[in-house]
Amino acid sequence: MNFESKTPTGPIAEQWTKHKFNLKLVNPANKRKYDIIVVGTGLAGASAAASLAELGYNVKSFCFQDSPRRAHSIAAQGGINAAKNYQNDGDSVFRLFYDTVKGGDYRSRESNVYRLSEVSVSIIDQCVAQGVPFAREYGGLLSNRSFGGAQVSRTFYARGQTGQQLLIGAYSAMSRQVANGKIKVYPRTEMLDLVMVDGKARGIVTRNLITGEIESHSGHAVILASGGYGNVFFLSTNAMGSNATAAWRAHKKGALFANPCYTQIHPTCIPVSGEYQSKLTLMSESLRNDGRVWVPKKEGDKRKPHEIPEAERDYYLERKYPAFGNLVPRDVASRNAKQVCDEGKGVGETGLAVYLDFADAIKRDGRDTISAKYGNLFEMYEKITGYNPYDTPMMIYPAVHYTMGGLWVDYNLMTSIPGLYSLGEANFSDHGANRLGASALMQGLADGYFVIPYTIGDYLAGMSYDKVPTTHEAFKAAEADVQAKLKKLISINGKQTVDQLHKKLGHIMWDKCGMSRTAEGLKEAREQIKKVKEEFWTDVKVLGTADELNQTLEKASRVADFIELGALMVEDALQREESLWRSLPRRIPDTRRGSQTRR
Amino acid sequence: MFAIKSYYNFGLVTTPIAKFIMSWFTQTLSTTIGKKVIMALSGLFLITFIIVHVSGNMLLFKGDEGEAFNLYAKFMTSNPLVRLVSIVLYSGIILHVIYAIVLTLYNRKSRPVGYKMTHPSENSTWKSRNMGILGTLVFIFLVIHMRSFWWEMHFGDIPVKTYAGIEVVDLYTVVLAAFSNWWYSALYVLAMVALGYHLSHGFWSAFQTVGLNHEKYMPLLKKTALIFSIIVPLLFASMPVYFYIKSIL
Amino acid sequence: MNVTLKIWRQKNATDTGKFETYDMKDINDHMSFLELVDVLNEKLEQEGKEPVHFDHDCREGICGSCAMYINGRPHGPMKGTTACQLHMRHFKEGETITVEPWRARAFPVIKDLMVDRSAFDRIIQAGGYISVNTGGVPDANEIPVSKDIADEAFNAATCIACGACVAACKNASAMLFVSAKISQLALLPQGQVERERRAELMISQMDAEGFGACSNTQACSAECPKEIDMLNIARMNREFLKAKVGSRAQEIH
Repeated sequence: MNFESKTPTGPIAEQWTKHKFNLKLVNPANKRKYDIIVVGTGLAGASAAASLAELGYNVKSFCFQDSPRRAHSIAAQGGINAAKNYQNDGDSVFRLFYDTVKGGDYRSRESNVYRLSEVSVSIIDQCVAQGVPFAREYGGLLSNRSFGGAQVSRTFYARGQTGQQLLIGAYSAMSRQVANGKIKVYPRTEMLDLVMVDGKARGIVTRNLITGEIESHSGHAVILASGGYGNVFFLSTNAMGSNATAAWRAHKKGALFANPCYTQIHPTCIPVSGEYQSKLTLMSESLRNDGRVWVPKKEGDKRKPHEIPEAERDYYLERKYPAFGNLVPRDVASRNAKQVCDEGKGVGETGLAVYLDFADAIKRDGRDTISAKYGNLFEMYEKITGYNPYDTPMMIYPAVHYTMGGLWVDYNLMTSIPGLYSLGEANFSDHGANRLGASALMQGLADGYFVIPYTIGDYLAGMSYDKVPTTHEAFKAAEADVQAKLKKLISINGKQTVDQLHKKLGHIMWDKCGMSRTAEGLKEAREQIKKVKEEFWTDVKVLGTADELNQTLEKASRVADFIELGALMVEDALQREESLWRSLPRRIPDTRRGSQTRR
Repeated sequence: MFAIKSYYNFGLVTTPIAKFIMSWFTQTLSTTIGKKVIMALSGLFLITFIIVHVSGNMLLFKGDEGEAFNLYAKFMTSNPLVRLVSIVLYSGIILHVIYAIVLTLYNRKSRPVGYKMTHPSENSTWKSRNMGILGTLVFIFLVIHMRSFWWEMHFGDIPVKTYAGIEVVDLYTVVLAAFSNWWYSALYVLAMVALGYHLSHGFWSAFQTVGLNHEKYMPLLKKTALIFSIIVPLLFASMPVYFYIKSIL
Repeated sequence: MNVTLKIWRQKNATDTGKFETYDMKDINDHMSFLELVDVLNEKLEQEGKEPVHFDHDCREGICGSCAMYINGRPHGPMKGTTACQLHMRHFKEGETITVEPWRARAFPVIKDLMVDRSAFDRIIQAGGYISVNTGGVPDANEIPVSKDIADEAFNAATCIACGACVAACKNASAMLFVSAKISQLALLPQGQVERERRAELMISQMDAEGFGACSNTQACSAECPKEIDMLNIARMNREFLKAKVGSRAQEIH
């Protein structure tokens, strides 16, 4: 197995420049002879598709949504980091690099992160040129804020909808290339297998979600920008359709996974309200700037929050971490919330929530000031829960939010399969064991706009222009596999619905491979997942046929992969002496030095 | 990629000859926005006309046994400039009506299958959704109105009066006679209600369509529209009411 | 609480379709409307009946996937809310809730509550972008943009392309959608270069897709989950007329 990272040698600050020069080029006139397949149209996929098409490659772009613009990058709220140092507050490429590596627990590939920081400045230029309406100051220049406890203000934002605006920027760049005939978009189409010819990625097999048709697409390279796999947990802040199928099927063809158990759990989400819950909603972390986190001191205290006197409240973050108070890093906030709830002090109907109280902030700054800062978040909270956070404390609980692990890639973003690339959340490279706020958007766009257009040429330059026809036996075999699998799913006709089985998997993952993990728990999980897998393949109920629009079949095919990926996550977690993601280890001592105060 | 089909779906013209006939001008006016702009501009023009019309007709109330009114009527039918303008006016009405029909048919086509259950009153006013019905009512009224007065004036057998040596048709008496009929007067009042609703949406809507909408002046425009759409029909309606009451006293 | 769901069921694009009624008992009023449909689908699947197909993804009101005409209004009765953010507590006990797909010539029904909104993509492809390649662009702070202009462009850019404007409009007009994009780019200095061309091409594509004309009923704005203003339609018309009447270059688009 080829595991060469291809990281350039020499000082880190010069690596990317040096590497770019050393990369082979494809003559502009020859680019049109190469076809590139891009799976996923989030920030990474859309920006890659647009940039590669601009260079002259023929791009085929795939997404399961009805339009590329609906990919889940759209839901990112906070912002995007860039080392512009517009605020004159001491930021630099090196500082962004340093913060990202440190925040990622020194587990990311530093050369990749340095490059990420380096190109971050170009991303902002690019987005502004595309018409992304970033927030501005009265002087007309771009506004920045400090995000996620960063010591500098380097986050660019567009109200609470940065992801949406950036994605629409990339989508419009893509749309332009569609009009130019350089990109062909296949919406409502799901990749179900990777096709390899002579050990190289040469195409994919897809299912047309409307007609159910199984189709083959051939190309000279395949890019997976299919996002993360948080939905292994059933409940997460991911979109309902977010799935790991493309990455997982590639994994089964030989693309290795790295750090699959690294999952980020975000501390400020709206708690689960019942068994019917389909997904979780994130509330911006900025709320902790003014909100105070507390639970009743007494276990099982069922009084309403305002009936609990000050003396009987436990402001546990302020108590435990007086220096940081409520602004402790995401991981610390999350695991402490879980801990107090496990002790029986959780609030709300389910007991799986803690209060985030704005009463003091409102008293101190006035309702108007708080409303100006958090008005839209309060509105969103009220819309979902029916409670008004001005009058009663918010309830929050951690939720799975992002997966740092993913397909292993080298410095060129190529996976362990030649010709198969992975960008954005789908790969593992930039965030180590923990992603800092406002870095996901940065990575997606960096990979798509400024890395893959350079690195893919190096691979293609060594390839012949010959296309592999989709009648090739490798395509036929992959199609047959896919069809057989779908047929199998339908033929089981058992008793349990796909969601029931998915929820079972989710519970196991959340309880045993979520915020706190123990060797025993993981071993139990291993067995339980085996059982779920068995149940799935003997007792799942998928109605309808494979030759039509069938949303149950789509879900079933994804859940089948989640189960296998969940098993891999558990195996990965078992291999580790510390508890990642980032939670209070129960019995295993925390090996991370100074983890309590480290940013 | 860029479908230019729409440029050529003027309704009737879809042949290749269309390309030849279709100039930049007709292309512009055949887009959905272009058609709406014609509606707006012709509508605004008709608004200026009714201002003139209502002001002139106020002479009915002068209490001079119709002298001023009859002289005004004579002027309006004999002055060459006014006659020229009236041709423009008739074209304006016809354009407004034709484009209303074209647009209505086009809009209907854009939703071939309707909703089984719908609550449009939650999101829009009745008048704004029913400009076609209101417009049809106003148009039917217009036909009756033209038959009663315009036709009589031009082709009818109306007695002649002489004021200071000028011989004029006595339209005033025709008005008096017409409005002494209760149902005819009632029809006028009803038509003016329709006109009022039609105007209260059409007035500001025309500005919106030609692109004139700004926080600064739209509130004022909307208020003006409301006042205009109450006062003008009210003045018009006061005429049949006044003369009907006069006739029964 | 208990409610009755009356949902449009249509096997495929050619099927005529009909309403099916489902009694939903003991539901939690905290659940979202889409979660109610999830619960129904679980039940249907267990009974061996085909679940209701509907578009949905982020369930946070931002992806624009969900498209349901609920009780006679797009996205249901709440203002500034997508169907996925609509919670059952806003319905009455025992209420019958009617659910239909978006209805428009340009949005053909695919199955049940799913419609094909690719017309929106084609309108954007016609010109809803600024033609810059990756790289080689000026520094982000090179061109200052007044905060007011940037904010207004942002307000227009909040459009999620859900199609509620088309669904709400009695003419199935897409003008709010198209005008939001034209406005966003016409306001920003970066969008000036292609301003005229963009307006002409996008509007021409909008017409070609078969969307109706605007009657200024303002239903679109009232039902828009992002509350995008009608001012944008006036701006689009202005842009269009300016492009048609006052274009500086000789070329006709």
